[in-house]
Amino acid sequence: MAMVSADNRPLRLAARYAVLLLVATIFVFPLLFMVMSSFKPTQQMLADTASLRAFLPVGDLSLDNYRDAFARAPVALFVFNSVLVTGLTVLLSLAICSLAAFSFVYMNWRGRGLLLSIVLATLIIPFETIAIPLLLIVSKLPWVGLDGLQIGWLNSYRVQIIPWIADGLTIFLFVQYFKDLPGELIEAARAEGATWGQIYRRVVMPLSGPVLATAAILKFLIMYNQYLWPLIVVQQESYRPVMVGLGYFFQLNVAWGEVMAYLTLITVPVLAFYLVLQRAFIASIASTGVKG
Amino acid sequence: MASRLTTSNRAGWGFALPGFGLIALFIILPFFFAFALSLTNQRLVSPNPTEYVGLQNYGDLLGLAVIELEPERLDDGSIDRDADGNARYPRVRSITRSDDFPQYSGMREWFRWQSGDNARVVIASDVVFMKALVNTLTFVAVVAPVQAALALVLALLINQKLRGINVFRTIYFMPVVVSIVVVSLLWRFIYDGNDGLLNNLLAGLTFGAFEGRDWLGDPSTALGAIMAMSIWQAVGFHMVIWLAGLQTISPTLYEAAEIEGAGRWQTFRYVTWPGLRNTAVLILIVITMQAFALFAQIDVMTNGGPLDSTQTLVFQAVERGYGRQDISGGATISVILFVLVLTISLIQRWLTREKA
Repeated sequence: MAMVSADNRPLRLAARYAVLLLVATIFVFPLLFMVMSSFKPTQQMLADTASLRAFLPVGDLSLDNYRDAFARAPVALFVFNSVLVTGLTVLLSLAICSLAAFSFVYMNWRGRGLLLSIVLATLIIPFETIAIPLLLIVSKLPWVGLDGLQIGWLNSYRVQIIPWIADGLTIFLFVQYFKDLPGELIEAARAEGATWGQIYRRVVMPLSGPVLATAAILKFLIMYNQYLWPLIVVQQESYRPVMVGLGYFFQLNVAWGEVMAYLTLITVPVLAFYLVLQRAFIASIASTGVKG
Repeated sequence: MASRLTTSNRAGWGFALPGFGLIALFIILPFFFAFALSLTNQRLVSPNPTEYVGLQNYGDLLGLAVIELEPERLDDGSIDRDADGNARYPRVRSITRSDDFPQYSGMREWFRWQSGDNARVVIASDVVFMKALVNTLTFVAVVAPVQAALALVLALLINQKLRGINVFRTIYFMPVVVSIVVVSLLWRFIYDGNDGLLNNLLAGLTFGAFEGRDWLGDPSTALGAIMAMSIWQAVGFHMVIWLAGLQTISPTLYEAAEIEGAGRWQTFRYVTWPGLRNTAVLILIVITMQAFALFAQIDVMTNGGPLDSTQTLVFQAVERGYGRQDISGGATISVILFVLVLTISLIQRWLTREKA
C-alpha cells in the first residue's frame, strides 16, 4: 500500500501541474494573441488565426502597426488624458476619503454615525443606475474658470475627475484600517496638545501605507478602464481617454493590425505595473472582501 | 475609538465634509433624482418646459397584455389554413390599431404560443425593453452562480501548497486588470464566424467535424458567448476574494478533520464550506451587482443585436438617456434596474441568512 502511494506521488504532482497549466493557458492566450498580432501586418494576422501561429511571433514582424496607429489617431493625447484624469483622481481620492474616514473614526461630532451609515449605504447603488441622471446634473453645473462663469461640465477634465473622487468603498476601506490602529497613539497626541490636522498628517498618515496602496490600486483600475462615463460626457476628441479613443479606429475601414497595436499599447503598461506589484494588487482586491 | 474626552463638532464636520459633500452631490442626489426624473418627460436639451407625467414612463416600458386570436374561418366554418397546414390568424395589428381596443394601442407582439385552435399572443408596449429585461435577468441568473463556482474552484486550485503556485495565481488574475473594452474587442476575433480562433480550435479538436458558426452573429449563441467572455475576464477577481476567505479558516480544523479520517469531499463539506459562508454571501451579491451592470461588452461586441438578442437594461438606459437624449426614459430604466438589484440582493441575503 505504502509503496503504491509513494509511486503515485510524482504522477499526481504532474497531474496537478497539468491542470494548473491548462487553466493558465486559457487566461494567457487571448492576451498573447493581442501582443503578437500587434507586430504583424493585418493580412497575415487574419490568416494566422487559423493556426497556433496566432500566438507566436512568426512571419513578417515589424513596428509598422504602431507607427500607423499614431498616424491615424492622436494616441499620445488619449494616453495623456487618461494618465492625467487617473492620476489626479487617485491623489484627490486618497486625500479626501482618508480625511473623511479619519473624522468618522477618531473625532466625536454630532451626526457622525448617521453620515457614516449614509456613506456605507451608497455601496448598494451601482454607478450604472445613476449615470443618466448624473449626466443631466453635470450638464447644468456651473464652473468658475479662467474665462469666468460657465454652465455645464460636459467635455472637460473636471467632469471625468470630480464625480469619481469620493465613494463609499474607499471611505469604508480607510475606516476599517483606522479602526485597527492603536487608539492610544491618538489619545497621547491629543494629550500633548496636537491639533487634529497634525494628528492626521504626522501620526495617522505615516502608518497608513498599506491602505493607501489598496485604495490607490482600486481607484487606478476603475479610472484607467473607465468607459461608460467618458463615453456619454466627452464628445470632444481633446478630452477623450484611451478606452473611448478606441472608437477612432472604427470610423472608416478598420485596420486590425493598428487596433491590436493600440490595444497592446494601452494594456501592456498596466499589465507590467500589475506584474511588478502583483502582491499589492491581489491584496487590494482581497481586502474588499473582508467584511466589517 | 473616537475621543470621549472632547467633542469637536466643527473640526469633525470640516474633515468629513469634502468627502461627504461629493458623495451627496454625485451619488445620492442623482440616485433620488432618477426617481423624480422618471415621473417627468425631461430631455437632455429641450426648448419645452419639463412636465410631470405621473407613471406614464413606467406604463410605456412595462405595459403587457395577452390577447387571444381565433383562427380565420372559411365560409363553411372550417379553419383557414396555409399551404403548410398552419392556421391563419388575423394580424395582431388589427387589434392594437383598432379603436375598439384603446387599451392595446401602440403595443407590439413579443411572442406567442398555441392554445388549442387559438393563438395566444403576448403584446408589450416596449418589446425591446422586455427583451433587454429578460436578457439581463438571464445573464445574471447564469453568470452569478457559474462565475462564483468557477472562482471557488480556481481558489481551491491556487490554495494548494505547491512550488510556484504564486505564478499561477498571478496569471489567473491577469484579465482582471485588463479593461473589459479591450477584452471585448479581442474576443471578437475568438468568436469570429469565418476564421475565428474558437471555430478553429473546435474544428481542430473534432478533427474538422465541427462546422464553424458566427457566435456573435447568431441570436441563439450571442448572449452565451458574451457570458463566457465576461466570466473569463472577471473570475480572477472573485477567486482572490474566495482565497482570502479560505485563508481565514483555521488550519487546526483541517488537522482535526484529518485525524477523524475525513475524505476530501467531507473536509470540503464540513470544514471549508461552513467557513466560507460570509464570503459566499458577499461574492454572490457583488457578482450580481456587476452582472446587472452589463454594458461595455454589448457596446463593443454586438450593439444589442442580432435581433435584440443581447439587449440589456443598462444598454437601453444609455441608448435612450444619452443616444436619444430621452433622460426621463433612461432614468425610468435606471430605477427599474436599481429596484431589481436591490430586490435580488435582499433575497440572496435572506436565503443565505444564519439559521437560528
